Amino acid sequence: MPPSLFAPLKPVAPGLRTVLGALCFVLFFLGWGIATYGGFVKPLFLASPGDSLVAGWGLFTEFGFAQDIAVTIWRVLAGFALAALLAVPLGILMGAFKPVEAFFEGFVSFARYLPASAFIPLLILWAGVGELQKILVIFIGSVFQLVIMVSVIVGSTRLDLVEAAYTLGASRRGVVLRVLLPAASPQIFEALRLVLGWAWTYVIVAELVGASRGIGHMIIDAQRFLDTGQMIFGIFVIGLIGLVTDFLFQAAHARLFPWARGR
Amino acid sequence: MSKLSIQGVEKTFPGRRGASATRALEPTSLEVQDNDFITILGPSGCGKSTLLRVVAGLETPSGGAVLLDGQPVSAPGPDRGMVFQSYTLFPWLTVRDNVCFGLRERGVPRAEQLAVADRFIAQVGLRGFENHHPAQLSGGMQQRTALARALANDPKILLLDEPFGALDHQTREVMQELLLGIWEEHRKTVLFVTHDIDEAIFMASRVVVMSARPGRIKCDIPIELPHPRSYKVKTAPEFAAYKERLTEEIRVETIKTLQMEA
Repeated sequence: MPPSLFAPLKPVAPGLRTVLGALCFVLFFLGWGIATYGGFVKPLFLASPGDSLVAGWGLFTEFGFAQDIAVTIWRVLAGFALAALLAVPLGILMGAFKPVEAFFEGFVSFARYLPASAFIPLLILWAGVGELQKILVIFIGSVFQLVIMVSVIVGSTRLDLVEAAYTLGASRRGVVLRVLLPAASPQIFEALRLVLGWAWTYVIVAELVGASRGIGHMIIDAQRFLDTGQMIFGIFVIGLIGLVTDFLFQAAHARLFPWARGR
Repeated sequence: MSKLSIQGVEKTFPGRRGASATRALEPTSLEVQDNDFITILGPSGCGKSTLLRVVAGLETPSGGAVLLDGQPVSAPGPDRGMVFQSYTLFPWLTVRDNVCFGLRERGVPRAEQLAVADRFIAQVGLRGFENHHPAQLSGGMQQRTALARALANDPKILLLDEPFGALDHQTREVMQELLLGIWEEHRKTVLFVTHDIDEAIFMASRVVVMSARPGRIKCDIPIELPHPRSYKVKTAPEFAAYKERLTEEIRVETIKTLQMEA
């Protein structure tokens, strides 16, 4: 391999990039296969790739796993949408108007460190074990993070763009709506993508406690029967959904903000 | 009455974290007549940009006043169009929508916006690039768009803060001719800040030289070169005479600045 391939920050050809990315997956499955088929790890602790796949097939055909997936996706989207609906406008106001920022910043920074999972017992008390409780866990886990991120993004808008807008006759309202907002949109979109990823971890935690459906519930159920195949398959499905959402977000980003490409 | 009257404008920036305050601008007065093309020439850090930003309303003076057509200036507005040294086109808008921006903010109907924008886009030689985004343009093209954007608002005065400062020398010279051509046609009142002596002489009807920080006006030299001027005037003996004088004036100030920093 020529040494120039590893020069710092040097781009890699697209073909090679795909090959290298795929190679990592191949090595992962290879290592997993060797550990299980080679008898290094007992099936009780780690199912083989083949057994996991068979277990997954069983989940779909016998246990209605598709419905679990649908329920979990719905919870994530509902909780995340609620969080975004509150956090994005509030973050924009905080980024744009320093008194608003001064008012909320301290509290939001404090609330951001409250672990969402620690709220579960309290939320069960308040909202029972129904859908609302699951959605609230996701909401609490995402909303404060998102507020801070959006506020920082909007607050770091280039000042010279704002000044240019003023010299062109823009009002304060015009500056917020037609400079700060479009300038921050690509990064806000990026923040949404990140936080959606975190929301997935909260939903599983929420489903481990007091749920009757969902991917997290299935995993806890499988543990009772020591079915590591089902557990691994469940975790894989989450990863797969994450990969697909990421891809969709990236495609939407490229479509919505073609002007921001390569920045 | 002067078009623009700068009356005893001074600026001191408050010191931060215990540092002493910085005096950027001594009380400065300048009368600008209608159709004047004034270049403000000075060493870097002399407060010439601060003066321009006060006129634009982007900086509040510590003392003095700025009058445009007899009306005091206190905030930025579309009557004073500005082109910055940094590239300030809105990256999410096309060339056409960038040029329309000011008109749109002022509620001009869309059809009229487009007609005005297309006229100025053509004037700065960017016909065919209307639907490009700023990231697809060279530095010179971006600054031409910024010029068209400022002109489209039909401002009473054009404020240019080293607009060609980030461009390479050749592009810069062509841009100077372009701007001068536009000025010769529209006769807009222009206040143009630069530290380039050739640029200051070539463009100006008057060159105002500023001293080292804290800035004040050191001398005010009318440039009596005939219009229309072509780039060829830069090699004429009259041009050389102006250049010789201004080089001396600026050199003294630059040395002062260097000594201050030492």
